[in-house]
Amino acid sequence: MIEVKDIYKSFDGTQILKGISTVFDKGKTNLIIGQSGSGKTVFLKCLLGLFNPDKGSISLDGKIYPQLTPREQRDLRQDMGMVFQGSALFDSMTVEGNVMFPLEMFTNKSRSEMQDRADFVLKRVNLDDAHKKYPSEISGGMQKRVAIARAIVMNPKYLFCDEPNSGLDPKTAIVIDNLIHEITLEYDITTVINTHDMNSVMEIGEKIIFLKNGIKEWEGTKKDIFKTDNEAVTNFVYSSELFKKVRQMYIEERN
Amino acid sequence: MNYLASIGSYAIMIKEVFRKPTKWRIMKSLILKEIDELIYGSLGILIFISFFIGGVVAIQTALNITSELIPKNLVGFATRQSIILEFAPTFCSIIMAGKVGSYITSSIGTMRVTEQIDALEVMGVNALNYLVFPKIIALLLYPFIIAIAMYVGIFGGWTAGVLGGFSTSADFIEGVQLDFIPFHVTYAFIKTLIFAFVLATIPSFHGFYMKGGALEVGKAATTSFVWTSVVIIILNYILTQLLLGQ
Repeated sequence: MIEVKDIYKSFDGTQILKGISTVFDKGKTNLIIGQSGSGKTVFLKCLLGLFNPDKGSISLDGKIYPQLTPREQRDLRQDMGMVFQGSALFDSMTVEGNVMFPLEMFTNKSRSEMQDRADFVLKRVNLDDAHKKYPSEISGGMQKRVAIARAIVMNPKYLFCDEPNSGLDPKTAIVIDNLIHEITLEYDITTVINTHDMNSVMEIGEKIIFLKNGIKEWEGTKKDIFKTDNEAVTNFVYSSELFKKVRQMYIEERN
Repeated sequence: MNYLASIGSYAIMIKEVFRKPTKWRIMKSLILKEIDELIYGSLGILIFISFFIGGVVAIQTALNITSELIPKNLVGFATRQSIILEFAPTFCSIIMAGKVGSYITSSIGTMRVTEQIDALEVMGVNALNYLVFPKIIALLLYPFIIAIAMYVGIFGGWTAGVLGGFSTSADFIEGVQLDFIPFHVTYAFIKTLIFAFVLATIPSFHGFYMKGGALEVGKAATTSFVWTSVVIIILNYILTQLLLGQ
Protein backbone atom coordinates (compact mmCIF):
# COMPACT_ATOMS: atom_id res chain seq x y z
CA MET A 1 0.00 0.00 0.00
CA ILE A 2 1.22 3.49 -0.84
CA GLU A 3 0.02 6.36 1.32
CA VAL A 4 0.47 9.89 0.03
CA LYS A 5 -0.05 12.69 2.54
CA ASP A 6 -0.40 16.29 1.43
CA ILE A 7 2.58 16.47 -0.92
CA TYR A 8 3.82 19.64 -2.54
CA LYS A 9 6.49 19.94 -5.21
CA SER A 10 7.78 22.98 -7.07
CA PHE A 11 10.47 23.61 -9.68
CA ASP A 12 12.12 27.02 -10.11
CA GLY A 13 9.33 28.70 -8.16
CA THR A 14 6.51 27.03 -10.14
CA GLN A 15 4.26 24.94 -7.94
CA ILE A 16 3.60 21.63 -9.73
CA LEU A 17 1.94 19.54 -7.00
CA LYS A 18 -0.33 21.31 -4.52
CA GLY A 19 -1.22 19.18 -1.53
CA ILE A 20 -2.10 15.77 -2.97
CA SER A 21 -3.24 13.06 -0.57
CA THR A 22 -4.40 9.59 -1.53
CA VAL A 23 -3.94 5.88 -0.87
CA PHE A 24 -3.03 3.26 -3.48
CA ASP A 25 -4.13 -0.17 -2.32
CA LYS A 26 -2.21 -3.40 -2.65
CA GLY A 27 -3.38 -5.80 -5.36
CA LYS A 28 -5.22 -3.06 -7.21
CA THR A 29 -4.65 -1.24 -10.47
CA ASN A 30 -4.58 2.44 -9.57
CA LEU A 31 -4.77 5.01 -12.35
CA ILE A 32 -3.65 8.63 -12.38
CA ILE A 33 -5.36 10.61 -15.10
CA GLY A 34 -5.29 14.26 -16.10
CA GLN A 35 -4.38 16.58 -18.93
CA SER A 36 -0.81 17.16 -20.05
CA GLY A 37 0.87 19.49 -17.55
CA SER A 38 -1.43 18.48 -14.71
CA GLY A 39 1.51 17.08 -12.69
CA LYS A 40 1.01 13.35 -13.35
CA THR A 41 4.63 12.59 -14.25
CA VAL A 42 6.04 14.66 -11.37
CA PHE A 43 3.64 12.86 -9.04
CA LEU A 44 4.74 9.46 -10.37
CA LYS A 45 8.42 10.44 -10.01
CA CYS A 46 7.73 11.47 -6.40
CA LEU A 47 6.18 8.02 -5.80
CA LEU A 48 9.29 6.43 -7.31
CA GLY A 49 11.56 8.48 -5.07
CA LEU A 50 13.21 10.21 -8.03
CA PHE A 51 11.93 13.56 -6.68
CA ASN A 52 11.61 14.37 -3.00
CA PRO A 53 8.43 16.30 -2.18
CA ASP A 54 9.00 19.81 -0.75
CA LYS A 55 6.31 19.10 1.85
CA GLY A 56 4.24 16.08 2.87
CA SER A 57 5.18 12.42 2.85
CA ILE A 58 4.93 9.27 0.76
CA SER A 59 4.90 6.01 2.65
CA LEU A 60 5.45 2.68 0.90
CA ASP A 61 4.18 0.08 3.38
CA GLY A 62 5.40 2.29 6.22
CA LYS A 63 8.73 3.20 4.61
CA ILE A 64 9.08 6.93 4.01
CA TYR A 65 11.64 7.44 1.26
CA PRO A 66 13.73 10.44 2.43
CA GLN A 67 13.96 9.00 5.93
CA LEU A 68 15.67 5.80 4.75
CA THR A 69 19.43 5.19 4.72
CA PRO A 70 21.04 4.87 1.24
CA ARG A 71 21.12 1.08 1.66
CA GLU A 72 17.43 0.96 2.67
CA GLN A 73 16.61 3.22 -0.30
CA ARG A 74 18.46 0.81 -2.61
CA ASP A 75 16.60 -2.16 -1.14
CA LEU A 76 13.30 -0.33 -1.54
CA ARG A 77 14.09 0.44 -5.19
CA GLN A 78 14.54 -3.26 -5.80
CA ASP A 79 10.93 -3.70 -4.72
CA MET A 80 9.84 -1.31 -7.48
CA GLY A 81 9.27 -2.07 -11.14
CA MET A 82 8.79 0.67 -13.69
CA VAL A 83 7.43 0.58 -17.22
CA PHE A 84 8.41 3.76 -19.06
CA GLN A 85 6.41 5.53 -21.74
CA GLY A 86 8.98 4.69 -24.42
CA SER A 87 9.81 1.32 -22.81
CA ALA A 88 13.39 2.54 -22.03
CA LEU A 89 14.95 -0.78 -23.02
CA PHE A 90 18.74 -0.81 -23.23
CA ASP A 91 19.55 -0.71 -26.97
CA SER A 92 22.88 -2.46 -26.57
CA MET A 93 21.32 -5.53 -24.93
CA THR A 94 19.11 -8.28 -26.29
CA VAL A 95 15.59 -8.81 -24.97
CA GLU A 96 16.96 -11.49 -22.66
CA GLY A 97 19.83 -9.21 -21.55
CA ASN A 98 17.36 -6.45 -20.70
CA VAL A 99 15.22 -8.78 -18.59
CA MET A 100 18.23 -10.32 -16.84
CA PHE A 101 19.83 -6.93 -16.14
CA PRO A 102 18.25 -6.33 -12.69
CA LEU A 103 19.08 -9.91 -11.69
CA GLU A 104 22.72 -9.45 -12.71
CA MET A 105 22.94 -6.15 -10.86
CA PHE A 106 21.25 -7.06 -7.61
CA THR A 107 21.30 -10.79 -7.07
CA ASN A 108 23.95 -13.45 -6.74
CA LYS A 109 22.03 -15.98 -8.83
CA SER A 110 23.97 -18.25 -11.16
CA ARG A 111 23.75 -17.74 -14.91
CA SER A 112 21.34 -20.67 -15.31
CA GLU A 113 19.08 -19.45 -12.49
CA MET A 114 18.93 -16.00 -14.09
CA GLN A 115 18.23 -17.59 -17.46
CA ASP A 116 15.37 -19.64 -15.98
CA ARG A 117 13.85 -16.59 -14.33
CA ALA A 118 14.13 -14.55 -17.55
CA ASP A 119 12.52 -17.40 -19.53
CA PHE A 120 9.71 -17.57 -16.98
CA VAL A 121 8.84 -13.86 -17.05
CA LEU A 122 9.18 -13.63 -20.83
CA LYS A 123 6.77 -16.54 -21.13
CA ARG A 124 4.45 -14.79 -18.67
CA VAL A 125 4.26 -11.76 -20.96
CA ASN A 126 3.75 -14.06 -23.96
CA LEU A 127 7.14 -13.45 -25.52
CA ASP A 128 8.64 -16.84 -26.16
CA ASP A 129 10.52 -16.24 -29.35
CA ALA A 130 12.33 -12.93 -29.00
CA HIS A 131 15.06 -13.75 -26.46
CA LYS A 132 18.00 -13.04 -28.75
CA LYS A 133 16.51 -10.07 -30.57
CA TYR A 134 17.51 -6.46 -29.92
CA PRO A 135 14.88 -3.84 -28.97
CA SER A 136 15.18 -2.22 -32.41
CA GLU A 137 14.19 -5.53 -34.03
CA ILE A 138 10.84 -5.93 -32.27
CA SER A 139 7.52 -4.05 -32.45
CA GLY A 140 6.36 -1.35 -30.01
CA GLY A 141 3.90 -3.75 -28.37
CA MET A 142 6.63 -6.37 -27.90
CA GLN A 143 8.95 -3.71 -26.45
CA LYS A 144 6.25 -2.85 -23.89
CA ARG A 145 5.98 -6.52 -22.97
CA VAL A 146 9.75 -6.75 -22.52
CA ALA A 147 9.59 -3.63 -20.34
CA ILE A 148 6.88 -5.29 -18.22
CA ALA A 149 8.94 -8.49 -18.01
CA ARG A 150 11.98 -6.46 -16.86
CA ALA A 151 9.81 -4.61 -14.32
CA ILE A 152 8.48 -7.82 -12.73
CA VAL A 153 11.61 -9.98 -12.93
CA MET A 154 12.65 -9.06 -9.36
CA ASN A 155 9.16 -9.83 -7.98
CA PRO A 156 8.43 -6.20 -7.10
CA LYS A 157 5.89 -5.07 -4.52
CA TYR A 158 5.14 -1.91 -6.50
CA LEU A 159 4.68 -1.53 -10.23
CA PHE A 160 4.65 1.93 -11.80
CA CYS A 161 3.73 2.53 -15.43
CA ASP A 162 4.00 5.81 -17.30
CA GLU A 163 1.60 5.83 -20.25
CA PRO A 164 2.15 2.11 -20.88
CA ASN A 165 0.06 2.00 -24.04
CA SER A 166 1.04 5.26 -25.71
CA GLY A 167 1.89 4.77 -29.37
CA LEU A 168 0.17 1.39 -29.54
CA ASP A 169 -2.84 0.44 -31.65
CA PRO A 170 -6.08 0.04 -29.65
CA LYS A 171 -6.02 -3.77 -29.75
CA THR A 172 -2.42 -4.05 -28.52
CA ALA A 173 -3.11 -1.32 -25.93
CA ILE A 174 -5.91 -3.47 -24.44
CA VAL A 175 -3.59 -6.52 -24.41
CA ILE A 176 -0.96 -4.51 -22.49
CA ASP A 177 -3.56 -3.08 -20.07
CA ASN A 178 -4.95 -6.53 -19.35
CA LEU A 179 -1.49 -7.98 -18.92
CA ILE A 180 -0.62 -5.34 -16.30
CA HIS A 181 -3.94 -5.93 -14.55
CA GLU A 182 -3.48 -9.72 -14.51
CA ILE A 183 0.07 -9.40 -13.17
CA THR A 184 -1.17 -7.01 -10.46
CA LEU A 185 -3.72 -9.55 -9.27
CA GLU A 186 -1.45 -12.58 -9.73
CA TYR A 187 1.49 -11.17 -7.74
CA ASP A 188 -0.59 -8.96 -5.42
CA ILE A 189 1.34 -5.84 -6.43
CA THR A 190 0.44 -2.20 -5.80
CA THR A 191 0.23 -0.89 -9.34
CA VAL A 192 0.08 2.80 -10.25
CA ILE A 193 -0.43 3.79 -13.88
CA ASN A 194 -0.20 7.25 -15.42
CA THR A 195 -2.48 7.40 -18.42
CA HIS A 196 -4.41 9.54 -20.87
CA ASP A 197 -6.15 6.56 -22.34
CA MET A 198 -9.84 6.37 -21.52
CA ASN A 199 -9.99 2.77 -22.71
CA SER A 200 -7.53 1.91 -19.91
CA VAL A 201 -9.72 3.78 -17.43
CA MET A 202 -12.78 1.79 -18.48
CA GLU A 203 -10.94 -1.54 -18.74
CA ILE A 204 -8.73 -1.73 -15.66
CA GLY A 205 -9.29 1.37 -13.50
CA GLU A 206 -10.00 -0.04 -10.06
CA LYS A 207 -9.09 3.24 -8.47
CA ILE A 208 -8.75 6.44 -10.43
CA ILE A 209 -7.43 9.80 -9.32
CA PHE A 210 -7.85 12.84 -11.53
CA LEU A 211 -5.25 15.60 -11.31
CA LYS A 212 -5.85 19.14 -12.48
CA ASN A 213 -3.19 21.85 -12.18
CA GLY A 214 -1.38 19.86 -9.51
CA ILE A 215 -4.46 19.34 -7.36
CA LYS A 216 -6.33 16.07 -6.85
CA GLU A 217 -9.64 17.12 -8.36
CA TRP A 218 -11.46 13.79 -8.02
CA GLU A 219 -11.00 10.16 -7.05
CA GLY A 220 -13.15 7.09 -7.43
CA THR A 221 -13.63 3.86 -9.35
CA LYS A 222 -14.43 3.30 -13.04
CA LYS A 223 -18.09 2.95 -12.08
CA ASP A 224 -18.03 6.27 -10.23
CA ILE A 225 -16.63 8.04 -13.26
CA PHE A 226 -19.93 7.47 -15.11
CA LYS A 227 -21.92 9.03 -12.30
CA THR A 228 -19.73 11.94 -11.33
CA ASP A 229 -20.98 15.45 -11.73
CA ASN A 230 -17.50 16.93 -11.43
CA GLU A 231 -17.32 19.16 -14.47
CA ALA A 232 -13.51 18.96 -14.85
CA VAL A 233 -13.62 15.14 -14.84
CA THR A 234 -16.53 14.89 -17.29
CA ASN A 235 -14.91 17.44 -19.61
CA PHE A 236 -11.69 15.40 -19.60
CA VAL A 237 -13.15 11.91 -19.71
CA TYR A 238 -15.95 12.63 -22.15
CA SER A 239 -14.01 14.86 -24.47
CA SER A 240 -14.63 12.44 -27.35
CA GLU A 241 -18.03 12.04 -28.99
CA LEU A 242 -17.85 8.27 -28.49
CA PHE A 243 -17.50 8.54 -24.72
CA LYS A 244 -20.22 11.21 -24.60
CA LYS A 245 -22.60 8.73 -26.26
CA VAL A 246 -21.50 5.90 -23.93
CA ARG A 247 -22.21 8.12 -20.92
CA GLN A 248 -25.59 9.18 -22.32
CA MET A 249 -26.52 5.53 -22.85
CA TYR A 250 -25.43 4.72 -19.28
CA ILE A 251 -27.53 7.55 -17.82
CA GLU A 252 -30.56 6.55 -19.92
CA GLU A 253 -30.16 2.92 -18.85
CA ARG A 254 -29.95 3.99 -15.21
CA ASN A 255 -33.10 6.07 -15.49
CA MET B 1 27.10 32.45 -13.65
CA ASN B 2 26.07 29.55 -15.89
CA TYR B 3 29.69 28.56 -16.39
CA LEU B 4 30.24 28.45 -12.62
CA ALA B 5 27.11 26.35 -12.15
CA SER B 6 28.33 23.96 -14.86
CA ILE B 7 31.75 23.63 -13.21
CA GLY B 8 29.99 22.87 -9.91
CA SER B 9 27.74 20.26 -11.54
CA TYR B 10 30.77 18.71 -13.22
CA ALA B 11 32.57 18.42 -9.85
CA ILE B 12 29.49 16.79 -8.28
CA MET B 13 29.29 14.41 -11.23
CA ILE B 14 32.92 13.35 -10.75
CA LYS B 15 32.23 12.63 -7.08
CA GLU B 16 29.16 10.57 -7.98
CA VAL B 17 31.10 8.55 -10.57
CA PHE B 18 33.24 7.06 -7.81
CA ARG B 19 30.36 6.44 -5.37
CA LYS B 20 28.38 3.19 -5.03
CA PRO B 21 30.33 1.06 -7.50
CA THR B 22 28.71 -1.41 -9.86
CA LYS B 23 29.40 -5.13 -9.30
CA TRP B 24 32.86 -6.06 -10.57
CA ARG B 25 31.43 -8.91 -12.69
CA ILE B 26 29.41 -6.39 -14.70
CA MET B 27 31.99 -3.59 -14.56
CA LYS B 28 34.67 -5.87 -16.02
CA SER B 29 32.67 -6.50 -19.19
CA LEU B 30 31.74 -2.81 -19.47
CA ILE B 31 35.43 -1.81 -19.25
CA LEU B 32 36.41 -4.35 -21.93
CA LYS B 33 33.62 -3.08 -24.18
CA GLU B 34 34.80 0.52 -23.73
CA ILE B 35 38.43 -0.44 -24.40
CA ASP B 36 37.29 -1.97 -27.66
CA GLU B 37 35.17 1.05 -28.56
CA LEU B 38 37.34 3.94 -27.34
CA ILE B 39 40.91 2.63 -27.59
CA TYR B 40 41.00 -0.14 -30.20
CA GLY B 41 38.41 1.70 -32.31
CA SER B 42 40.56 4.85 -32.41
CA LEU B 43 43.82 3.14 -33.27
CA GLY B 44 43.32 3.20 -37.04
CA ILE B 45 42.52 6.90 -37.38
CA LEU B 46 45.35 7.94 -35.04
CA ILE B 47 47.91 5.79 -36.92
CA PHE B 48 46.73 7.22 -40.24
CA ILE B 49 46.86 10.85 -39.08
CA SER B 50 50.15 10.44 -37.19
CA PHE B 51 51.91 8.97 -40.21
CA PHE B 52 50.98 11.82 -42.52
CA ILE B 53 51.45 14.61 -39.96
CA GLY B 54 54.91 13.22 -39.19
CA GLY B 55 55.63 13.31 -42.92
CA VAL B 56 54.41 16.91 -43.27
CA VAL B 57 56.48 18.07 -40.26
CA ALA B 58 59.61 16.52 -41.83
CA ILE B 59 58.97 18.10 -45.25
CA GLN B 60 58.13 21.54 -43.78
CA THR B 61 61.27 21.49 -41.64
CA ALA B 62 63.45 20.43 -44.57
CA LEU B 63 61.97 23.11 -46.83
CA ASN B 64 62.65 25.79 -44.23
CA ILE B 65 66.32 24.94 -43.84
CA THR B 66 67.81 27.53 -46.10
CA SER B 67 71.17 28.06 -44.45
CA GLU B 68 74.03 25.66 -45.11
CA LEU B 69 75.09 26.18 -41.48
CA ILE B 70 72.04 24.35 -40.16
CA PRO B 71 72.81 20.63 -39.82
CA LYS B 72 70.80 18.19 -41.97
CA ASN B 73 69.91 16.13 -38.89
CA LEU B 74 67.58 18.95 -37.83
CA VAL B 75 64.82 17.32 -39.91
CA GLY B 76 64.82 14.22 -37.69
CA PHE B 77 65.33 16.28 -34.53
CA ALA B 78 62.44 18.66 -35.28
CA THR B 79 60.14 15.81 -36.26
CA ARG B 80 60.87 13.94 -33.04
CA GLN B 81 60.41 17.00 -30.84
CA SER B 82 57.19 18.13 -32.56
CA ILE B 83 55.67 14.67 -32.48
CA ILE B 84 56.60 13.77 -28.90
CA LEU B 85 56.00 17.14 -27.27
CA GLU B 86 52.91 18.40 -29.05
CA PHE B 87 51.47 16.44 -31.92
CA ALA B 88 50.99 13.03 -30.29
CA PRO B 89 49.65 14.11 -26.90
CA THR B 90 47.77 17.33 -27.77
CA PHE B 91 46.79 17.20 -31.44
CA CYS B 92 45.71 13.55 -31.13
CA SER B 93 43.62 14.46 -28.07
CA ILE B 94 41.81 17.15 -30.07
CA ILE B 95 41.10 14.54 -32.75
CA MET B 96 39.91 12.17 -30.01
CA ALA B 97 37.63 14.92 -28.63
CA GLY B 98 35.90 14.82 -32.00
CA LYS B 99 35.86 11.07 -32.47
CA VAL B 100 35.50 9.60 -28.98
CA GLY B 101 33.99 12.69 -27.32
CA SER B 102 31.07 13.02 -29.68
CA TYR B 103 30.47 9.25 -29.48
CA ILE B 104 30.35 9.42 -25.66
CA THR B 105 28.05 12.47 -25.60
CA SER B 106 25.67 11.13 -28.21
CA SER B 107 25.46 7.63 -26.73
CA ILE B 108 24.82 8.87 -23.18
CA GLY B 109 22.57 11.68 -24.48
CA THR B 110 20.46 9.19 -26.42
CA MET B 111 20.14 7.10 -23.26
CA ARG B 112 18.92 10.23 -21.46
CA VAL B 113 16.38 11.08 -24.18
CA THR B 114 15.02 7.53 -24.34
CA GLU B 115 14.70 7.33 -20.51
CA GLN B 116 17.30 4.54 -20.26
CA ILE B 117 19.17 6.56 -17.61
CA ASP B 118 15.90 7.03 -15.68
CA ALA B 119 15.41 3.26 -15.90
CA LEU B 120 18.85 2.68 -14.35
CA GLU B 121 18.14 5.16 -11.56
CA VAL B 122 14.72 3.68 -10.79
CA MET B 123 16.36 0.26 -10.45
CA GLY B 124 18.77 1.73 -7.89
CA VAL B 125 21.82 1.64 -10.18
CA ASN B 126 24.32 4.51 -9.86
CA ALA B 127 23.96 5.53 -13.51
CA LEU B 128 27.07 7.75 -13.44
CA ASN B 129 29.24 4.95 -12.12
CA TYR B 130 27.73 2.47 -14.56
CA LEU B 131 28.17 4.73 -17.61
CA VAL B 132 31.19 6.95 -16.93
CA PHE B 133 33.54 4.91 -14.73
CA PRO B 134 34.26 2.23 -17.41
CA LYS B 135 35.13 5.03 -19.87
CA ILE B 136 37.60 6.59 -17.43
CA ILE B 137 39.27 3.22 -16.82
CA ALA B 138 39.33 2.35 -20.54
CA LEU B 139 40.95 5.68 -21.35
CA LEU B 140 43.77 4.93 -18.90
CA LEU B 141 45.09 2.92 -21.87
CA TYR B 142 45.13 6.10 -23.96
CA PRO B 143 48.90 6.65 -23.40
CA PHE B 144 49.52 3.33 -25.17
CA ILE B 145 47.92 4.53 -28.40
CA ILE B 146 49.74 7.84 -28.01
CA ALA B 147 53.01 5.89 -27.76
CA ILE B 148 52.07 4.16 -31.03
CA ALA B 149 51.16 7.55 -32.53
CA MET B 150 54.61 8.87 -31.54
CA TYR B 151 56.36 5.93 -33.18
CA VAL B 152 54.25 6.08 -36.34
CA GLY B 153 54.60 9.89 -36.55
CA ILE B 154 58.40 9.71 -36.45
CA PHE B 155 58.31 6.81 -38.93
CA GLY B 156 56.09 8.95 -41.20
CA GLY B 157 58.67 11.74 -40.94
CA TRP B 158 61.47 9.33 -41.86
CA THR B 159 59.47 7.95 -44.82
CA ALA B 160 58.63 11.41 -46.20
CA GLY B 161 62.11 12.78 -45.49
CA VAL B 162 64.06 9.91 -47.02
CA LEU B 163 61.73 8.89 -49.87
CA GLY B 164 61.10 12.54 -50.76
CA GLY B 165 64.84 13.20 -50.90
CA PHE B 166 64.75 15.84 -48.13
CA SER B 167 67.14 13.96 -45.86
CA THR B 168 69.25 10.86 -45.77
CA SER B 169 68.24 8.01 -43.51
CA ALA B 170 71.43 8.38 -41.48
CA ASP B 171 70.92 12.14 -40.97
CA PHE B 172 67.30 11.63 -39.98
CA ILE B 173 68.09 8.88 -37.47
CA GLU B 174 70.97 10.91 -36.07
CA GLY B 175 68.53 13.80 -35.56
CA VAL B 176 66.01 11.57 -33.88
CA GLN B 177 68.67 10.42 -31.37
CA LEU B 178 70.21 13.86 -30.88
CA ASP B 179 69.94 15.45 -27.40
CA PHE B 180 67.13 13.13 -26.38
CA ILE B 181 65.64 14.08 -23.00
CA PRO B 182 63.65 11.14 -21.57
CA PHE B 183 61.59 13.53 -19.39
CA HIS B 184 59.96 14.86 -22.56
CA VAL B 185 58.29 11.47 -23.02
CA THR B 186 57.25 11.45 -19.35
CA TYR B 187 55.84 14.97 -19.81
CA ALA B 188 53.91 13.79 -22.87
CA PHE B 189 52.45 10.82 -21.00
CA ILE B 190 51.48 12.94 -17.97
CA LYS B 191 49.62 15.28 -20.35
CA THR B 192 48.04 12.31 -22.13
CA LEU B 193 46.71 10.81 -18.89
CA ILE B 194 45.17 14.10 -17.83
CA PHE B 195 43.67 14.60 -21.30
CA ALA B 196 42.30 11.04 -21.13
CA PHE B 197 40.37 11.97 -17.97
CA VAL B 198 39.06 15.11 -19.71
CA LEU B 199 38.10 13.07 -22.79
CA ALA B 200 36.09 10.63 -20.68
CA THR B 201 34.37 13.06 -18.34
CA ILE B 202 33.50 16.28 -20.21
CA PRO B 203 31.62 14.50 -23.05
CA SER B 204 29.90 12.30 -20.42
CA PHE B 205 28.84 15.43 -18.52
CA HIS B 206 27.32 16.97 -21.65
CA GLY B 207 25.48 13.74 -22.50
CA PHE B 208 24.30 12.93 -19.00
CA TYR B 209 22.82 16.32 -18.15
CA MET B 210 21.38 17.15 -21.57
CA LYS B 211 17.72 18.08 -21.89
CA GLY B 212 15.46 17.77 -24.90
CA GLY B 213 15.23 15.43 -27.85
CA ALA B 214 17.23 14.12 -30.78
CA LEU B 215 18.19 17.59 -32.03
CA GLU B 216 19.64 18.47 -28.63
CA VAL B 217 21.73 15.27 -28.68
CA GLY B 218 23.47 16.63 -31.80
CA LYS B 219 23.89 20.06 -30.22
CA ALA B 220 25.26 18.51 -27.02
CA ALA B 221 27.83 16.53 -29.06
CA THR B 222 29.01 19.73 -30.75
CA THR B 223 29.16 21.66 -27.46
CA SER B 224 31.02 18.80 -25.85
CA PHE B 225 33.64 18.81 -28.66
CA VAL B 226 34.15 22.57 -28.28
CA TRP B 227 34.52 22.45 -24.49
CA THR B 228 36.71 19.33 -24.46
CA SER B 229 39.04 21.00 -26.99
CA VAL B 230 39.09 24.28 -25.04
CA VAL B 231 39.89 22.49 -21.77
CA ILE B 232 42.61 20.39 -23.43
CA ILE B 233 44.26 23.49 -24.91
CA ILE B 234 44.14 25.40 -21.61
CA LEU B 235 45.46 22.40 -19.66
CA ASN B 236 48.16 21.92 -22.28
CA TYR B 237 49.40 25.44 -21.61
CA ILE B 238 49.24 25.06 -17.82
CA LEU B 239 50.94 21.64 -17.80
CA THR B 240 53.68 22.79 -20.15
CA GLN B 241 54.37 25.78 -17.92
CA LEU B 242 54.35 23.58 -14.80
CA LEU B 243 56.40 20.67 -16.15
CA LEU B 244 58.79 22.29 -18.61
CA GLY B 245 58.86 25.94 -17.53
CA GLN B 246 61.75 27.23 -15.43
